[in-house]
Amino acid sequence: MPKVSTSGSSTMIHSLFLVSSAGHIFLEKHWKCVISRSVCDYLFEAQGKASTPENVPPVIATPHHYLISVYRDRIFFVAVIQTEVPPLFVIEFLHRVAETFQDYFGECSEASIKDNVVIVYELLEEMLDNGFPLATESNILKEMIKPPTILRSVVNTITGSRELGKQGVFVWVMSLGSSCSMCLPVLQQLLFFAGSSNVGEMLPTGQLSNIPWRRAGVKYTNNEAYFDVVEEIDAILDKSGNIVFAEIQGVIDACVKLSGMPDLTLSFVNPRLLDDVSFHPCVRFKRWEAERVLSFIPPDGNFQLMSYHVNAQNLVAIPVYVKQNISFFETGSSGRLDITVGPKQTMGKTVEDVVVTVQMPKVLLNANLTPSQGTYTYDPVTKVLVWDIGKLNQQKVPNLKGSLSLQSGAPRPEENPSLNIDLKIQQLAISGLKVNRLNMFGEKYKPFKGVKYVTKAGKFQVRT
Amino acid sequence: MSSSSAFNDEKGGSSSVGEPEYGHDPASGGIFSSDYKRHDDLKEMLDSNKDSLKLEAMKRIVAVSIHIYSCLLNLNNKHLWLQVKKLVYVYLVRYAEEQQDLALLSISTFQRGLKDPNQLIRASALRVLSSIRVTIIVPIMMLAIKEAASDMSPYVRKTAAHAIPKLYSLDPDQKDQLIEVIEKLLADKTTLVAGSVVMAFEEVCPERIDLIHKNYRKLCNLLIDVEEWGQVVIINMLTRYARTQFLNPNANESLLEEGGEKAFYGSDEEEGKEDKAEAAALVVKRKPYVMDPDHRLLLRNTKPLLQSRNAAVVMAVAQLYFHLAPKAEVGVIAKALVRLMRSHSEVQYVVLQNVATMTIKRRGMFEPYLKSFYIRSTDPTQIKVLKLEVLTNLANETNISTILREFQTYIKSMDKDFVAATIQAIGRCATNIGEVRDTCLNGLVQLLSNRDELVVAESVVVIKKLLQMQPEKHSDIIKHMAKLIDNIQVPMARASILWLIGEYCEHVPKIAPDVLRKMAKSFTNEEDIVKLQILNLAAKLYLTNSKQTKLLTQYVLNLAKYDQNYDIRDRARFIRQLIVPTDKSGALSKYAKKLFLALKPAPVLESPFKDRDHFQLGSLSHLLNAKAGGYQELPDWPEAAPDPSVRNVEVPEWTKCSSREKRKEKKVEKPFYSDSEAESGPTESADSDSDTGSGSVSGSDSGSEESGSDSGSEDSEGESDSDKEEKDKRKATKKKPKKIAQESEESEQSSAEELKKSTKSKEPKGRSDSESEDEEESSTESSESESEEESESDTDTDTKKKKKTSASKPPPKPTKKEKKEMSLLDLDDFEPAPSPQVTPVSNFVSSSLVTDLEGLSLTDTALSPSAASPTCGPLKTYELLHRITGEGLAVSYCFSRHAFATDPYMVSVQIQFTNNMESEARSLRMQDPKLQSGMRISEFPEIDVLTPGETATVVMGIDFCDSTQAANFQLCTHSKKFFVTIQPPVGELMMPVFMTENEFKKEQGQLMGMNEITEKLTLCEGCREDHIIVQRVTSTANLSRVPCGSATECSPPLPRSRLPVSRFAGKTVSSGSLVLITVVTKEDWAAQVTVNCEKMLIGTLLVKDILQALSQ
Repeated sequence: MPKVSTSGSSTMIHSLFLVSSAGHIFLEKHWKCVISRSVCDYLFEAQGKASTPENVPPVIATPHHYLISVYRDRIFFVAVIQTEVPPLFVIEFLHRVAETFQDYFGECSEASIKDNVVIVYELLEEMLDNGFPLATESNILKEMIKPPTILRSVVNTITGSRELGKQGVFVWVMSLGSSCSMCLPVLQQLLFFAGSSNVGEMLPTGQLSNIPWRRAGVKYTNNEAYFDVVEEIDAILDKSGNIVFAEIQGVIDACVKLSGMPDLTLSFVNPRLLDDVSFHPCVRFKRWEAERVLSFIPPDGNFQLMSYHVNAQNLVAIPVYVKQNISFFETGSSGRLDITVGPKQTMGKTVEDVVVTVQMPKVLLNANLTPSQGTYTYDPVTKVLVWDIGKLNQQKVPNLKGSLSLQSGAPRPEENPSLNIDLKIQQLAISGLKVNRLNMFGEKYKPFKGVKYVTKAGKFQVRT
Repeated sequence: MSSSSAFNDEKGGSSSVGEPEYGHDPASGGIFSSDYKRHDDLKEMLDSNKDSLKLEAMKRIVAVSIHIYSCLLNLNNKHLWLQVKKLVYVYLVRYAEEQQDLALLSISTFQRGLKDPNQLIRASALRVLSSIRVTIIVPIMMLAIKEAASDMSPYVRKTAAHAIPKLYSLDPDQKDQLIEVIEKLLADKTTLVAGSVVMAFEEVCPERIDLIHKNYRKLCNLLIDVEEWGQVVIINMLTRYARTQFLNPNANESLLEEGGEKAFYGSDEEEGKEDKAEAAALVVKRKPYVMDPDHRLLLRNTKPLLQSRNAAVVMAVAQLYFHLAPKAEVGVIAKALVRLMRSHSEVQYVVLQNVATMTIKRRGMFEPYLKSFYIRSTDPTQIKVLKLEVLTNLANETNISTILREFQTYIKSMDKDFVAATIQAIGRCATNIGEVRDTCLNGLVQLLSNRDELVVAESVVVIKKLLQMQPEKHSDIIKHMAKLIDNIQVPMARASILWLIGEYCEHVPKIAPDVLRKMAKSFTNEEDIVKLQILNLAAKLYLTNSKQTKLLTQYVLNLAKYDQNYDIRDRARFIRQLIVPTDKSGALSKYAKKLFLALKPAPVLESPFKDRDHFQLGSLSHLLNAKAGGYQELPDWPEAAPDPSVRNVEVPEWTKCSSREKRKEKKVEKPFYSDSEAESGPTESADSDSDTGSGSVSGSDSGSEESGSDSGSEDSEGESDSDKEEKDKRKATKKKPKKIAQESEESEQSSAEELKKSTKSKEPKGRSDSESEDEEESSTESSESESEEESESDTDTDTKKKKKTSASKPPPKPTKKEKKEMSLLDLDDFEPAPSPQVTPVSNFVSSSLVTDLEGLSLTDTALSPSAASPTCGPLKTYELLHRITGEGLAVSYCFSRHAFATDPYMVSVQIQFTNNMESEARSLRMQDPKLQSGMRISEFPEIDVLTPGETATVVMGIDFCDSTQAANFQLCTHSKKFFVTIQPPVGELMMPVFMTENEFKKEQGQLMGMNEITEKLTLCEGCREDHIIVQRVTSTANLSRVPCGSATECSPPLPRSRLPVSRFAGKTVSSGSLVLITVVTKEDWAAQVTVNCEKMLIGTLLVKDILQALSQ
């Protein structure tokens, strides 16, 4: 066997393992030499120690490697590295990988990754070169590697057998490594043909562009641009409903389907509200600094244009009030629960999709409650009580009342569980932020434009 | 392997291997006739454990693939081809090491690919070739990389940069050659390459910091446009670089007052002593810190990246600021880091670790964001604990009550690990903040009655530590804890209580023996750690109260003697020997009391993040608090700054680069200029530029374009001396005629100026005679100061070898001080503004030539016209404070159109104070600026005294953020305050940019559409001459004329001798957006003004102003 060179360690990300939350390694990719799967044992060890997967430390030092992992959609993305590298660099990259999968397959799950294993390998191959990020912009990637649905439709128009061709070649090629020396001459030939280059016009040009986030030659019959201003209220309320901490964070999600190279300008009526912003790389920062206007050549398709923090100095309008009384009795292993949620500062809009989630103490056996509105479920295994209220009614304030039964003999829980509130208000940006206008330059046609506002609860917690 | 190669040899020559095999395989047809689902079970079969199944699967796969292969031969579907090709690459890269023969077979394919006319194919060939880890091909790879490094396509060069670390890891012996390639690629000007090559640099030769010098400024300037991953690598590298090259901005903070004084003496010394060099060195050492402009450049260019969506970039900038920025500026990163707290929990984890380290050194920075670190019950425990750490670090006298209230909530949490951490945090708050120690202690004592044992145990441990600080006050608490020993089962807590009782047995003389009695009873059932403490307690009691406890102690010691644990047996033996006096007992037993009852220092509860900042923040090593492999230490600041001139660069690259860049707004062009302004070193390039321009143009008009690019190249800072001399000569000849003409104007010079001159002669520096010459040339005050600066920079060029920015910069400073004391009038003069906008050449050349010269020079044409024609007069002066409203103090201002010395993003405003009062005005200064967001102001130095009738001029800088919003502030005298407002005309928000006509057209081409505003007008009678148009435009806006040299425009086709088109170029001061103006004159004095500017607002305003200037 040839000598395997191990000198030098110049690779940022050596290997990537995808591990299901059950501890099954279902995909691995190596950029240099192969690192044994057993390296993941350290992760499993940490997982064993941690109470929940979220508590697994993102960085684990092992005798020869470092494992940097992110936990997303019930999958651990584990990068193996050998040398100093900014941990956030790897973490951010792993999240980018997960987002790309999500983008390609609609969901990032073990099943979808397994179903599209070829594309996954292709993507990883393009995203990292020698362990260093190469192409991470989804628009560039899509130029090179077609998302599954499109591919299928394209190929199906030729003939069915060729789709199998690609998958087949792949499985075959990857299995070759183990033994199958029989195929060598075939591979030679393939190589020969693969090497012959008459595929120039098929090559992705996005990587060469000054605006790598946008694909060239975009064409739509209906040109449209939608912007969603989504604001989230992060708040902590104390027992008596006072605000301990509240702030508004927002993002502007865009869905832009415009032909050619449009240059857009988005301005706000009240840009001063924005305290801290971060932008998609397409936004011209200087212009923002000078004029408080978002000027950009958008990527094609869905993307997050900006995220912001609202400068409200604690003057955050909290759209609901919560009255609660949860008590556990000293004797008799039982308790009582009484929660009322009502609208407060809603700016005349209806509060929808209100859900109250409570992580109950471990000793709670069951709950026997009656909601005046909506439905409730209590999962005795995870000890989570969910009360799905729906729309908040001004006249009849929803209420959930009833008794709780505790494990007999166990000590009474000392602390009351805190309530997490979810809600949604359509057509309202709670900070009052308003888009002034959207202008397009550089293209002749008239696009259809739309702006939507939504307010949601972010990390909205009521302490009890 | 061997069989495969044998097989290979047999079949190797055959060119149509596929077909016969296809023919041989009977199964292939069958597979394809069936439905596709079949391949699903293929996968299953491959995954199965049975070898027979696997084999079957393999067979079928081979069959399939051969079929595909033969299909492919006839297939023209390029897309599919590309896919297959990539897969083969994937395979090759993966298995090349194991199947070298195969890999080698493919080499020729890639070599062919390297020559392909398509850049993407060249790149992908190189990428795969360099990924094949087979040592035999190292020379081929080396060759390929070298070739690709000089490829036309930046994308291929980028790939070459990626290939470098691959080759290096394959064969480290190639290092030297690779460094050469890296050096070459570092000089690359494209953003595409920058990130990758710095990555290669970090992998291969991070110690060769010298390779960065020449590219430092370029990297800083390109940074914002590099892709995000590259940004991280570059920023981290530049942090290290800056640590080796610049001085610590925070080093002499404490010495500041003292330092100023010393500098003053230093200047005296300098004048007096002969050995100037030594004195200068002293001054450098002692004088107040002046930031190297390159240092500033780095800080400024990284700041916008705090807004990046990529957490790694934000963190990289944050650590750069933390390690490099002056204390006052570090605060900007807090907001961005707090923003990251909303990101994924892994990101939070890393950010919080870094914030925890930062909060120890710079608490104030995060204090406003205290609430952002409040903990939610849904946070993962590891995040909670880190947040707690940050909260504890942030605690101080003012916010401790809020924090403690928060902590109270946390103590009730269901997450017990977190509760324990909270209790520890309370302990730390109590030790750090004396005021709340008792409150905390009481709180903790209350926790002792908590039902959760863990909570109680943790409290006991913390209370123990707290009590150690002042035990005498808290004997009741000790008593309380003694009672707890019956209930608490957690060993650590029991041990703590026993230790406490033993240590302070004198405070609880009655209880202590009783406790020992109880413990003796349960000794055998205790944990080891508790047993040890029981022994301790017994020993201490024996020493203090042997009467009551002698027997008990002996009993305990006997029990311990037969314990299973040898530690305990040893301890028992040791204690017995020490405390029980026997005949044999040595000298030590005399000191037993001292040994056991020595005063123990209270433990210092400190953050585990203390001192972690010796690791570069954001690094893996910092996170793990241990040096990771390949970690590059963050060097300490140097004592004295190394020679900054090493970063000076040959400029041709820059000019080329700037004209090539497409995304103007952020591009190199602007930073290049701002860069040279920010520095004293490069300034000379600007005027030398104009000189050569004039020199060559005087020969012929048509040559101007050539000379334009020429002068561009001479922008270089690393110009050769001989070149300079030649130019100076030329300049001298030029100046002569001008001098004569100037003499008539000289009589107009104010007395103030003479005064100034007299002081100037006092200046310590050995100026060349060109200085005096220059001075005579000046006519108005402003141009006077201009030329003064110019002369300064002239001398610089002459004495280039002498010059080292830091060394040459200091001398003007002390002089400035000295002069100020003499209360000289024109302070502006002393402002060491290194501005490139100087034209010594002006009026006495023929008017058409003048216009050309103006265009060629890099200068502020608006200034020189004041010399070019008297009609324009001095700079427009605006009133800031009327004599009457100011109660005798009149203040006026004008835009001097110099670059502001300390900050190139600011417009410099010259303010003139006239004291018309009877009494003297003292301590004139500004205060309380009210600015629109984003605007910044740099205050003028305070004027100590202004005697009646006197006039003083100072310069201040305002960054208007490219808007015409007014800057409001208060002018204060020793007795009064006046609210004043400075509103800039739009034309003053820009500065001239030199460009050739071609560049101009190119840029204009990119600023079409909405960015272009065109207006028609009729020229008024007064301005129907070209040079007057030029003058009016340049006096309205601070722009420079673009030389018109291309033959198509101005020669034969147009009958008129005058040029019908005038072009002006500039850029806005704070954002550097280009401003291009074209004035086309037509028949019947009709004219058309076109403004191209990215900032539409500025464009619109500017058009209005220019219309007005030209039509009235």
